[in-house]
Parts: sequence; structure tokens; C-alpha cells
Amino acid sequence: MSATVATARYTRKELTADHPTWCPGCGDYSILSIYFKLMEKRQIPHEKITSVAGIGCSSRFPYFVNAHGVHFLHGRAIPFATGISLSRPDLHVFVFGGDGDAFSIGGNHIDHAARKNVKMTYVIMDNEVYGLTKKQTSPTSPMGFKSKTDPTGAVDHPIEPMKKLIAGGATFVARTHSHLPNHVLEMMEQALDHDGFSVIECLSECTEFFPGAFDSANPRKGGTFQLVPPDHDVTDEVAAYRLAMAPAPGYFGVFYQVQRPTKNAFELKLITDAQSRAGSAAVRELLQKTFQKFS
Amino acid sequence: MKNDSARTITDAVIRFAGNSQDGIQAIGGFLARLAGRTDKDVMTYMTIPATISGGPSIYQVRLGTGEVLSAGDDVDFLVAFYQHSYENHIATLRDGGVLIYDSDTVKPDPDQKRYRAVGVPISSLTVEAIGGTGKDKGKNMFVLGLVARLFELDDAKLEGMLNAYYKGKGDDVIRKVVGAFHAGFAYNLGQLDEHFEFKPSDKPPARARVVMDGNQAIAYGAIAAGVRFGAGYPITPWSSIMEILRSELPKYGGTFVQAEDELAAIAMACGASYAGHVALTGTSGPGISLKSEALGWAVMAEMPLVIIDVQRGGPSTGLPTNVEQSDLNIACFTAHGDAPRIVVAPANVEDCFYTTFEAVNLAREYSCPVLVLTDQAIATRVESFEMPDFATFTQDIAPHFDPRGPDYKPYANTADGIAHHAPPGTPMVDGKYPVVTGLEHDESGHPASRPANHVMMVAKRRRKLQVLAEKLSPPAVYGPAEGDVLLVGWGSTQGPIREAVEKARAAGESVSAMHIRYLMPLQPGIGEIMDGFHHVFVVELNDEGLYGYGQLAALLRSRYCNDKIRGINKTDGLPFKVREILDQMHRKLTGREAAGEPLAVGGDEGGAG
Repeated sequence: MSATVATARYTRKELTADHPTWCPGCGDYSILSIYFKLMEKRQIPHEKITSVAGIGCSSRFPYFVNAHGVHFLHGRAIPFATGISLSRPDLHVFVFGGDGDAFSIGGNHIDHAARKNVKMTYVIMDNEVYGLTKKQTSPTSPMGFKSKTDPTGAVDHPIEPMKKLIAGGATFVARTHSHLPNHVLEMMEQALDHDGFSVIECLSECTEFFPGAFDSANPRKGGTFQLVPPDHDVTDEVAAYRLAMAPAPGYFGVFYQVQRPTKNAFELKLITDAQSRAGSAAVRELLQKTFQKFS
Repeated sequence: MKNDSARTITDAVIRFAGNSQDGIQAIGGFLARLAGRTDKDVMTYMTIPATISGGPSIYQVRLGTGEVLSAGDDVDFLVAFYQHSYENHIATLRDGGVLIYDSDTVKPDPDQKRYRAVGVPISSLTVEAIGGTGKDKGKNMFVLGLVARLFELDDAKLEGMLNAYYKGKGDDVIRKVVGAFHAGFAYNLGQLDEHFEFKPSDKPPARARVVMDGNQAIAYGAIAAGVRFGAGYPITPWSSIMEILRSELPKYGGTFVQAEDELAAIAMACGASYAGHVALTGTSGPGISLKSEALGWAVMAEMPLVIIDVQRGGPSTGLPTNVEQSDLNIACFTAHGDAPRIVVAPANVEDCFYTTFEAVNLAREYSCPVLVLTDQAIATRVESFEMPDFATFTQDIAPHFDPRGPDYKPYANTADGIAHHAPPGTPMVDGKYPVVTGLEHDESGHPASRPANHVMMVAKRRRKLQVLAEKLSPPAVYGPAEGDVLLVGWGSTQGPIREAVEKARAAGESVSAMHIRYLMPLQPGIGEIMDGFHHVFVVELNDEGLYGYGQLAALLRSRYCNDKIRGINKTDGLPFKVREILDQMHRKLTGREAAGEPLAVGGDEGGAG
């Protein structure tokens, strides 16, 4: 690797890029702001921050962060981030996206990144509606939700994110609410420190198409922000599942966290084992030797 | 061991017909490797059932002194293990050819005079040699011994190869293998009072020869070119490339990921390319359809990416274990919008190595996806070729993270259109970091939908390929540069097309061939070459289409507006035989086709179950 430029201690100002295109009052502002705060607090080298997103309102995220970023395809941010994570252990890979990306078009990928325990942090900004395309039913929209695709109310049972993430094998599963920034920061910081696939469902209100969706968990709107009980054992999968069974608005905090070797570590071990068997031969010699077996 | 009655030959086509569990691939494999070690050219051809085990299967080996261009139209020696093998394949045996059959199981027609039939009690002699339980495993080795004797092959070398190959399986297995081999070698083919000996090669190669299949050549070509990240999803016949990369890449410090689906596989490859590598993905059949969206992203975001497409019969699930060249259109045009990419096609197994190597460098240089269009026929057949000169053909393409200055633009609208993104980890001196995106963007990577900007960026992405086209050389013409008929081909049909040219010229016809390696952009000079001929036939393993032209023929017609261009097509899922090319050519030249004479359809064996 070539010489790096010495970076001075940076602040939110250096991390701010384009002004967000989100609507006034959108919950996503708060998450962006907390991401800046986290980067500022932890002083991750500026050039090592990598923000990846799919498609949707929340997936515009990387444009608003002045760091290396990617705006990939709808639903495929996770495998894209997997490619970065497994080939570049020096980077901090964050993925941002909405409920459509995570649970509808990209639903298959979460389970596999989770079971493989690919190191990255995934923040799902769940507004329970399709916002960018202007109010269609999302996979997390509650039954009866009226949208342009369900004018008389949604009839499909919604995905329950916490259940899916725990069952998928994610090694860090947390839930938070964009109206409670301190809690969001706490969850994101723990996710960042987790060695593995860490995922946070962050309720993030769409003031335009689903206003008041999460008021029942917002103390400023008369709701109750119910934290995960202090005696909850985060390593107990069944207990985590039980928390996930709670009716809306449910609990907030870390539901589940275990240490399991990451895919990154397994792949690295394959490399170190293979290279120790092969010795310190140059690429040319290794190929020569292999081809001799074909002669 | 010399035999006084040995007749010197330069070329032999041997077909082993049995069931897929008989290990006939092993016979072919050992013969091919022996040929490689004794400076003979070799080409193999096999069919395998699409089912997991069981079912009729063949392995055809063509050995020759000098260049072997195809697996051979007609069989010189047919080895039949079962009655069905005999019945299904006897028609492929040429007049005057030799049938060797297992007299324990096969009853050939006693009255025929067309070929010589030699019965050998293969099953019972194998049992006699190695004991009752080994019968099913040993017949192939017995036959290998028979063949070694028949062709005066180097039995000591073969025995050494058997010992090396089965070393890990234990002494008992080696004893049985070698025992069966010896029994076959010692068997007196008394009924066939003739042996054959290959004419020694007059020009031994400078380097050792290797024997491998096309998928192996692609995998090692990628490794040699410096590819250190790949992702894929299992699908026939692409899978063996990913199997090799999965087990070999770690040795070179690389990683290959088995993804959850085709979309994830190309997404992972895009991620690794963004991270600074030249990543590889690949697939066959339906997989290339699934990868289309991300391919378009890689065009838009200008990512260096190599995509291998091992073509099989389509559409949909189609013919998984048969060959077709019907993915040219999807390779050139898949993904919505105007999405220029590079498409190259290897002509044979050796070329798989070099084409993949080149594809990696094209991706790096032009920052766009490069498709390598190979096919089931090259993927599974074994050829011998000179070992690559690894002093030249290895390279280190590890990513660099040199800081970018204030003037840096990831999508700079340069004169040649070429620009390279800054991978994450790259410090930006002015503190402004880029986003890479599938949205239309300005030179700095910001989303920009302004009309003039889209016009500029569409042209920029197209211009890169025009610049590449100018640098390419015109295709070489096989045979004289002017004449009556030009046969045009691409990919795996090169060998049979060249053999067709040689046969036609030997018969006094004026026929040449042009092989197109770069399908997108097309090489320069193609129009001028076609001008030198009265007739141009594009030979392709795909359908003649709604308007009478196959996929390359249609591409060339739209490019050159040349109504001389016609097609020679077939869709039976099997490689072209030399005779099939010439028959169709003659039909078109003499107007027999226009008169409505039906074409003889189909090969002699099907692969898919």
C-alpha cells in the first residue's frame, strides 16, 4: 500500500456532503446525523469509511456523507458490501437501506450474510412504507395500512424484522428509533464494535406517507419507549425471540449478540493455511508447479 | 515393444461407448495425457447425461501427429461396452473402421462387411485378472491396456501415470488397476492382425505440453492474470471453474465465494472491483440472464469486472449439458439502456487461458465489464497445448491507494473516455470523497440528470470501446485472402471450420475462413476481408433466426449492411462436424437449399437426459 496523507482530526463538517434530499421531518436525518457523530467520536481514518446502499429514500445516504460511498442496485447492497468486506479487511463497511431493500427485493441476502457472519454493519431504516415511489405497501406495512397499492388496506401479513434477523443467524441484532438519537448512537456504536454481521432495525418515520407510524414508541408523542429488560440475556436465542414476539411498538435495544467466527476469519485462515503449505513460492513458481501436474 | 505388422498412422479417432459409471472418461483422460507427454496433439469430445449417475455416455479421443482441429467426424475405432453402446454408435464408425466389443455382453450383426469386428471378453477377462468384485471398476483399465497395445503406446509411461494417479487410493486399488491394465495389454488381438503406430512428431515443442479442459484453462488464466477475488453460484457447465478457483485462490492470497444466488455473485464481484480488485464472476444458461442488472451497473459505474459465460443450450433451463453459441446476443446487449461492454470468445482450450488473461487486462484498462464467451464444448473437452511461459504470463494487479489530487474526477470526460474510480482507502487530498453510482452522474460522480450531461456520459462510455476497436488488429484469414467462399466463425467452432477449409481446398474448392475473437467491439478490417469473397457464410451453433441469420451473422449484417452474409447454423446441441459445415455450404452454393431440399438433422448421440 502506498503512502497515506496525514489526516487531521475531522469533524462533522468534513463529513458532510450534499444536503439530503429527504423531506422535512424525515426520520432519516437523525440517523445521518448520528452516523457523523459516531465517525467523529471514533475517528475512523476518513478514507477508510465506506458507506454502501441499495435503492430507496434511505439508500440516498452515501451521497450525504463525504466519504467513499456506493449507490448500488435495489436489494443487492448486502452482497456488494460482502465483496468489499471479504477483500478489504482494512475498511469499515456500513450498509444503509430501507425495509424494501432489506425485506422485499433483497430478502434472500440478509439470511446468507447473517449465517456466514460477514463483517459489516447494516442499518435498516424501516418506515413501513415505500416512500421514494410515493406510498405503496412495503413488506413491513401493518395489516390494514392504506396505500396506493392497497387502497382498502393491506391484506398481507408483514415481515417481522427481529424474528427474521434472529432466525437468519445474525450475530448482533438490535432495534432502535430515530426519534431517540442517544439510543441510536448507543446501538450503532455497539454494532460497530461487534466482530461480525451486525444489524440494526431503526424505526424511521416517513412524515409524508406514513406520519405517526411510530408515535406509540415516542415519549414526546405520548408513547412508551420500552427498553429491552436489563436482565435479558443477549446470548439466549429463545429469549431474544420472545422479545421479538412483543406486540407493536415492541422493545428497543440489543435483542441478540453472540460471538461466532466471521467468514472473514475463515477465509483468512484458508489463505494462511494454503500459503503455509505452498511455502513462499512466487506466483510464477506455483503456477508452473500446478501445470506440471497437467503434463 | 515393436510389432512388425505395425502400420504408421498420423491420426486416429477412438470412441469409447459405455455407461457413465464405467470410468470411460478415465481411459480418455489417460490417453490424452499420454499424448501430451509424447508430443502428440489431442482433442477429446464427450457427452455426459444430465442425470447424476448412470445413463449412456461416450468419450471420444482424437490423437494425431500434427495439429488436431476437431474431435473428428467419423470414428476409426469404436469400443462398445454394451449392446446399446454398439447399437447407438455403430453408425459413427467409418467404412473399414474397427469395432472392438465386449463379447460377454454385445452381439454384433454377424453378416455385415462394412467394418472389422473384434470381440474381446472384456468383462470376464477383467474378472479373471483382478477378482470378481473389481469387475465394474476394472474394465476401463483393461480397455486402456488393449488400446495401448493396439497403438504401440508407451506402456511403461502409462503404467507410471496410473501409479501416480491412484497413489492415494491404497495398494489394493493400484494392484487391481495395474493388473487390469496388464491383462488388457497382454491380450492377443489375434483377430486383428494389424497394429498401429503414430508417426513421430517432426517438430518437438520448445516447452512441455499440458493437457487440460477449457474450464481449467480459464481458471488458471484468471489466476495468472492476477485475479484474487471471485464469486459464483453453481450451474452446469460453469461450476468446475468456481470449484478450481475456490480451492486454488487461497494459495495465491485470494478468495472465491460461493454466493447465495447469481445476483449476489455478481454483486459481490462488483463490490470487490469497487474495492480495487479486478473481480471475476461467471455462469451458464439462466445465470447470465440473472446477472444482467448488475452488469448494467458495472457499465454505468465503470467497474473493471470479468464475467465468464460458459454457454449451453437455451432458452430457460434448455440443454444443460449440450453446446450452443446462442448467448452472443445477451452477451453483447443484455442490461437495459445503452450499456457498452467488451465481449471476447476463446477459440480452443489453449485460447481459454490467454483470452481470460487478456479479458482481465481489458477490464483494467477500459474500466468496464468484459464477458468471456466460452461454451460447453470447450469447457469439457481436453486438449494438449504448450505450457504457457509464466515469466510473461503472470502479473500482480493488487490495488493501489495513491492519494488523488484536487483535480481528480472519477468519471473524467477524457478524450478516450477512459477514467478509473478511486477505491475506498484512497485518501483524497482536497478532502472531497467520491460516490460510485448507478444513477447517471457528472464527472465527479454526483447524480446528474441534466440532458447535456447524459448525452456526454453516454458518449464517453461508448467512446472507450471505439478507442479499443481502433487498437485491435483485423482478424487473420485462414487460407488465401481472396476467393469464392469465406467461412466466418467465432468461439469453439474455429477447429472444425479450419478443417472444413482444408478439406474443401484439397477438393479444389476456393474456401477460406475468418475467425472473430472480439465480438464487441468488432475488430477492424472485417468489411474489407468480406469484400474479397463472393460468398460469406457465418458458421454458428445457434438458430438461423426469424430473418434467416444467426446471431453473429445478424450483428455483421447490421454493422456492414452486406447482403452477401448468410448463415450456416445448427441447433442439435452438438459441436459442428466438418461434414455438416461443408454440406450446408454446398447446399447454399448450389441452390439446393432454396429448392427446399431438407437438411439431414441431428447428431448421433444426445447428451441431456
